[in-house]
Amino acid sequence: MATRAEITSGLGEILEEVAGVNPDDVAEEKSFTDDLDVDSLSMVEVVVAAEEKFGVKIPDNEVQNLKTVGDAVSYIEANS
Amino acid sequence: MSGLLAGKRLLVTGVITDASIAFSVAKLAQENGAQVVLTGFGRLSLVERIAKRLPEPAPVIELDVTNPEQLAGLADKVREHVDGLDGVVHSVGFAPQSCLGGGFLDAPWEDVATALHVSTYSYKSLATACLPLMGRGGAVVGLTFDAQLAWPVYDWMGVAKAGLESASRYLALHLGKHGIRSNLVSAGPLRTMAAKSIPGFEQFEDAWVQRAPLGWDLSDQESAARACLALLSDWFPATTGEIVHVDGGFHAVGA
Ligand SMILES: NC(=O)c1ccc[n+]([C@@H]2O[C@H](COP(=O)([O-])OP(=O)(O)OC[C@H]3O[C@@H](n4cnc5c(N)ncnc54)[C@H](O)[C@@H]3O)[C@@H](O)[C@H]2O)c1
Repeated sequence: MATRAEITSGLGEILEEVAGVNPDDVAEEKSFTDDLDVDSLSMVEVVVAAEEKFGVKIPDNEVQNLKTVGDAVSYIEANS
Repeated sequence: MSGLLAGKRLLVTGVITDASIAFSVAKLAQENGAQVVLTGFGRLSLVERIAKRLPEPAPVIELDVTNPEQLAGLADKVREHVDGLDGVVHSVGFAPQSCLGGGFLDAPWEDVATALHVSTYSYKSLATACLPLMGRGGAVVGLTFDAQLAWPVYDWMGVAKAGLESASRYLALHLGKHGIRSNLVSAGPLRTMAAKSIPGFEQFEDAWVQRAPLGWDLSDQESAARACLALLSDWFPATTGEIVHVDGGFHAVGA
């Protein structure tokens, strides 16, 4: 079971690879679209990569609710 | 190898997520004995990740259907994986935002031209690019959204689909002498990336679910995919220029 910090750093790696985000900018309070400039297609790929990395399924209607990195961490923590 | 498409070699365009109609086509085709090669556009890394979710590995070739160089090189790229093609699936559509969502009267020609290039003309471009790999009994299948009527918010995409439906009949006319068929599947609304990018798309989702005689499931890509497989198979040997509706029967009823 990964800790919140581990999940956050895992997401940081994905965000860097998929969307060129500086992993140092990735923190729980950051918004994917407003702070990290992740566009909608990049977000789709982030979700797909996160599903593989953490062994979770993140359904479409859930993705809309993942506004911040912290939202994603909580979802992954609760469902992996 | 057994199955409806045993031994068939297919090129499938249009996979971008696992909700893509093309993903269901590729998955079912593999499960039914076909060998599948994919093409991907734009986000190749995403297409490759999604391809890993197929039952068997499938190579991904980069293809922007509006790019003449990529179209010209396509046959050679496909030959690196299979020695010919028995079927080609066109599951590609795009219109700039100005062309959708009620902007019909104001959309500039440049944007409309993009919609027609990607969604209409590309059907012919893809077929001719693959022609050197195809022989008698081959089939091209595309996806349309019923273009006989004007729909709210679909706007220039609807015009592009009307053109696609005509282009498929002309392709049937011109490829008939090679023994190659061209048919379309006219699908009801499905919640894919393409659909979600149409503002106001929900408007006809509700009507469909309520009015279709068989009912309608907005996330059942498999029904449309099954029809594509059938048209690619040897079970429609004398059918070309046809449009098969996979819409729960919506097109057949008035109210
Ligand atoms: N979803 C629906 O409600 C519905 C209904 C009827 C027909 N269709 C048609 O089905 C087909 C597939 O769409 P979908 O609903 O699976 O959505 P989708 O978003 O999963 O697929 C659309 C595909 O088009 C590709 N594409 C866009 N521009 C391209 C270009 N220049 N070159 C190559 N590929 C390009 C995208 O990469 C994507 O893979 C489209 O023709 C669409 O119009 C969809």
